[in-house]
Amino acid sequence: MSTHSQDVEQLVKREYKYGFSTDIDQEILPPGLNEDVIRAISAKKREPEFMLNWRLEAYRHWLTMKEPGWAHVHYPKIDYQAVSYYAAPKSDDDAPKSLDEVDPKLLETYEKLGIPLHERARLAGVAVDAVFDSVSVTTTFKEKLGEAGVIFCSFSEAVHNHPELVQKYLGTVVPSGDNFFAALNAAVFSDGSFVYIPKGVRCPMELSTYFRINAMDTGQFERTLIIAEEGSHVSYLEGCTAPQRDRNQLHAAVVELIALDDAEIKYSTVQNWYPGDEEGKGGIYNFVTKRGECRGRNSKISWTQVEAGSAITWKYPSCVLLGDNSVGEFYSVAVGNNMQQIDSGTKMIHVGKNTHSTIISKGISAGRANNAYRGLVKILGGAEGARNYTQCDSLLLGDRCGAHTYPYIEVKNPSAQVEHEATTSKIGDDQIFYLKQRGISEEDAVNMIVNGFCKEVFGELPMEFAVEAQALLAVSLEGAVG
Amino acid sequence: MLKINNLQARVEAAEILKGIDLEVKAGEVHAIMGPNGSGKSTLCQVLGGRDGYEVTGGTVEYLGKDLFELEPEERAREGILLGFQYPVEIPGVKNIYLLKEAYNAQRKHRGEPEADTFQFLKLVREKLKTMQMDESFLHRAVNVGFSGGEKKRNEILQMLVLEPKLALLDETDSGLDIDALKVVSDGVNRLRSPDRAIVLVTHYQRLLSHIEPDFVHVLSDGRIIKSGDKTLAHELERNGYHGIIEEAA
Repeated sequence: MSTHSQDVEQLVKREYKYGFSTDIDQEILPPGLNEDVIRAISAKKREPEFMLNWRLEAYRHWLTMKEPGWAHVHYPKIDYQAVSYYAAPKSDDDAPKSLDEVDPKLLETYEKLGIPLHERARLAGVAVDAVFDSVSVTTTFKEKLGEAGVIFCSFSEAVHNHPELVQKYLGTVVPSGDNFFAALNAAVFSDGSFVYIPKGVRCPMELSTYFRINAMDTGQFERTLIIAEEGSHVSYLEGCTAPQRDRNQLHAAVVELIALDDAEIKYSTVQNWYPGDEEGKGGIYNFVTKRGECRGRNSKISWTQVEAGSAITWKYPSCVLLGDNSVGEFYSVAVGNNMQQIDSGTKMIHVGKNTHSTIISKGISAGRANNAYRGLVKILGGAEGARNYTQCDSLLLGDRCGAHTYPYIEVKNPSAQVEHEATTSKIGDDQIFYLKQRGISEEDAVNMIVNGFCKEVFGELPMEFAVEAQALLAVSLEGAVG
Repeated sequence: MLKINNLQARVEAAEILKGIDLEVKAGEVHAIMGPNGSGKSTLCQVLGGRDGYEVTGGTVEYLGKDLFELEPEERAREGILLGFQYPVEIPGVKNIYLLKEAYNAQRKHRGEPEADTFQFLKLVREKLKTMQMDESFLHRAVNVGFSGGEKKRNEILQMLVLEPKLALLDETDSGLDIDALKVVSDGVNRLRSPDRAIVLVTHYQRLLSHIEPDFVHVLSDGRIIKSGDKTLAHELERNGYHGIIEEAA
């Protein structure tokens, strides 16, 4: 047993593959936060007045708010005046019009990340929007999407080219004062992605955004807004990495999804921010607010996430099921190794009649990581015939990690059916021995067991990303197990 | 093929194997019988290389090599396959996937290219038929929700596909009804070949009326106390372990 758990320890050890940084001319605002900084960000982005006002209002609200302390995570107090709130590659002033104009060093960075914009995008038929620190660098496939009437661009572009849509929907799902981190984001967010799918359109390809934090001591605050008009359909994927720094970096993003009648949004995340080293030094604080509203009848929003990185993860992709017969789904794999801390889960708020939600959460803990699932299922009085099914499984590797489950269930309608199933298991010595006795190495055996554990979630990812997610999991637990 | 010399082993503080001597040659089928707690399963686990089973003395030579120099997965790739008394469930991992990974691990070990998917599936289908198993078995998670009999069939299916040089069957007959016993025994009989050795560990004689052993050994309190041909099994059936243990004492 003891030799075995040592093997497990070794297998869990791994190195972060994406820890390089790119030496590129950057324009960075000095650290600190006040109204002048917000005005400067807004001016830099040449925003219309409604945006500046919205930001300032958020900032003033934020000043009155307290950082939440209820999550099962521990970290030293963040000095918000020590963070720089804007970093952009210098060439930003005349932003690139096509890939040829993009700084080759940036393209190289994306190559290293395994996202060659040209080939990968073309081969996979995936349109990619890449956000480097705070600025959206390039959006591929714009023309082809344009033919279908789909708008897929950086948030800044959307503010300039489609201000009416931005003004109509921005902050309607996650209000600027929703919570401490969302308010901070609203005040200082510098870019992100914007998607608009017109009525009846099935988006002809997967849309994808890659976020990368490059500069030191900057925060990344991006904002994503996706609107699916009546009867439309879109599948969207985001991926994230950051260089290896020994100081913690803050990432506070906001994602808002809006699905109208009969519309469907599938939102997948593969999150691989730098998790810090074995002793917990450095790494990203990932404090994210993601929420979708099924506003229309028969609409559907599905979140799938594979969370492998970050020193601390604090995120609860949620669905507000307003429309009758609307459906919310949450499929999650969260892997914590070494000193990582994860407090993640979802909220399903049932408002409309016959609304259905499914929650499948798979938490994997290794090393000295702590992994908490926190989920709320709320059935309001008018949600006649609402149903929820929750399955929450934890897998432990080794004996120094922790798994915690905090399910909250509030039911105000007696016709509701709510099911909750939870299991916690340790990766079994007997399972590993069985596979080894079939000629499979210890490392492959662990990967096989872990992948089997996550299968229901991986099955929800678009094909090419499912492969990526499996590979990521293997890297995350490399040397970690046995 | 397998030479066990004065093998002693313990589990935690308890000494279980107290000096086993056994030689198994290619083409032979050996049955190891004995009452509960005599060390039958421990012998299998030690030969398989399971953690927690500490070898305290003696040697085991497999195909001229020191067995204890090999990791469990290396032993498997070198052709030792252990049929588990309690096959383990692996949720979410399809049977066919495990079969293929195991098959390719062996091929890789021998320096051969990975099996072609189509050819491999053909091979597996053939073996399924032998074990009277439905193709749906391939797409079910390994042993999850299998009945006792299905689990044992699955073990033999793996053996038919992986074609070990030395098959160790740990109480493969336990928990089987008569029909399943026949199917499992037929499977094992198909494994019999001049270049393969089979060691059956069993509590009951009934398995041996389906699979005829060349040698029968009686294990008691960590030692082989009597060896003989198949008639020894009949003797055990008539007189029980009790008589033989007394006779040996």
